[in-house]
Amino acid sequence: MKAIAWAYLAAIYSFILLPVVVLVVFSFQDGRLPVPPFQGATVKWYAQVLADRDLLAALGNSALVAVTSSAVALVLGFLAAHGLARVRLPGSVLMRGLLIAPLTVSYLIIALGLLNMFNQIGLRPSLLATGIGHVVINLPLCFAILYAAMGDHQKSAERAARDLGAGEVQVLWLVSAPMLMAPMAAAFFLSVTFSWDEFIIAFLLTRFDVTLPVEIWSMLKSGLSPKTNAIGSLVFLVSIMVVGFLELFVFRRQK
Amino acid sequence: MTAGVAIDRVSRSYGTAKALDDVSLEIAAGEYIVLLGPSGCGKTTLLNLIGGFDAPSSGQISIGGRSMAGVAPKDRPTTTVFQDYALFPHMTLAENVAFGLRMRGVSRAARLARAAEMLALVGLEGRGNRRPHELSGGQRQRVALARALAVDPDVLLLDEPLGALDLKLRRGMQDELKAIQRRVGTTFVHVTHDQEEAMAIADRIVVMNAGRIEDLGPPKTVYLAPRTLFTATFMGEVNRIPLGGTLPFDPPPAGNSGVLCIRPESLSTAEGPLNLGPCRVDDITFFGTHQRAHVTSVAAPDLKLTVHLPQNSPVAPGQTLTLFAHDFVVLEAQ
Repeated sequence: MKAIAWAYLAAIYSFILLPVVVLVVFSFQDGRLPVPPFQGATVKWYAQVLADRDLLAALGNSALVAVTSSAVALVLGFLAAHGLARVRLPGSVLMRGLLIAPLTVSYLIIALGLLNMFNQIGLRPSLLATGIGHVVINLPLCFAILYAAMGDHQKSAERAARDLGAGEVQVLWLVSAPMLMAPMAAAFFLSVTFSWDEFIIAFLLTRFDVTLPVEIWSMLKSGLSPKTNAIGSLVFLVSIMVVGFLELFVFRRQK
Repeated sequence: MTAGVAIDRVSRSYGTAKALDDVSLEIAAGEYIVLLGPSGCGKTTLLNLIGGFDAPSSGQISIGGRSMAGVAPKDRPTTTVFQDYALFPHMTLAENVAFGLRMRGVSRAARLARAAEMLALVGLEGRGNRRPHELSGGQRQRVALARALAVDPDVLLLDEPLGALDLKLRRGMQDELKAIQRRVGTTFVHVTHDQEEAMAIADRIVVMNAGRIEDLGPPKTVYLAPRTLFTATFMGEVNRIPLGGTLPFDPPPAGNSGVLCIRPESLSTAEGPLNLGPCRVDDITFFGTHQRAHVTSVAAPDLKLTVHLPQNSPVAPGQTLTLFAHDFVVLEAQ
């Protein structure tokens, strides 16, 4: 019985992780194609990646878009969550629903909608347009996480702060936000990882300056190469680091 | 600083339910007032109205002669000690206590000095760098008190401040609260449902029921000479003897209606102003501070009383005692 359980565990993990392992292994392929047989290890593809200016520019663009759009989504999500959790408004259930609704819409539809709208108002495809798109997809996420985290505990601390003379901005800045540090960090880093990986919106809403997924896509058009595996491995490394950081410093502290 | 509070014909309704019904109350500057009553009697509503967390449906509240209509909590000369403490978990104790001064623009050095002073006042000297989660419930309550007093309010509001503490700690904190109030001289308005707590600390007790003030006065008056049957019963155990029939009392109580109220400890075998006649002891139990006996009047077998006798009185069931009442009051039947 125990052996079956272990076998099941191994099968699950291979199913999830095998593609990544293959990607990483063939990023070291000493040959032209990232396919079996493995012809020996080399780091020359990594050297090529790090020497590729377009790639590094795309990497910087991705980081910029991810961090900025996540920060904006976080602030907007926090304010919306705080407002809807604290103030009794007519139709607040409907408002919550509308805020979370974009989570259920496919990124392709959102991207098409944004493309249409940006055309109307004359905003050209750019990193800014992509950043706005990423705020649209990450705001519901930040809102949902922070709304769920607002409890009566915060509410009474906010009341005490007002009683001691704090204005509404001071209540938000000195009490509500610091008390939600852990869920805010969780929402922020989740947004960063989603924005970092996002392809469809970035593909439709960028033109000259592109994000990393779009750059990888254009490289793939000229065929498979261990170089793309090397990029993939690097991106994977960044994601792992963010998740590890979250586990160690954010989720653990909440317990 | 300190100031009086004037509550003038205040009502508060939630829909059709009246949480407060035409309440008037004058609180003197420097007084320790306890609002006492069962849950839902309106005592917390009244406290919230004084603190500005809620507005009266009608009537007016003024503090130190200044009307509080439309004044937000942050602009009122009141601070509150909340039942759940409501400390800021991300700040040290000193930062918690200094928060109100920070909001008033006091410099960092000055407010931290004041915080240290306030922490010393509540017996937490030198613990300013700790965080709230490192403290016990009683210590958190002290920090909440220090935080509320640090801004030197005219009126301190305490919302069941000892409700979350165990009994022994609660009795200890009562004495301390009273001593601190004497030292700072601020007007304290304290809400509780524990009548022992109320008697232990109040200058005056305000007994509330169903949105109205039932009774008010010093603890001794409210306990021994309550104005209503509700107060008599709420403040402690009481023998209620309906008047009207023939009672073997000497002198016979005047009047044909009402209820004669006698507390069990006001009955004894020593001569007193009201002779209840001979009573037979049905049972007796040792309670530590006293012995509690149930007795039946020999002349009126329907009349059963509870009596607290001294610890060492050699009384056994079946014995007959002549009982006298020392304090008693006749109240209107409800």
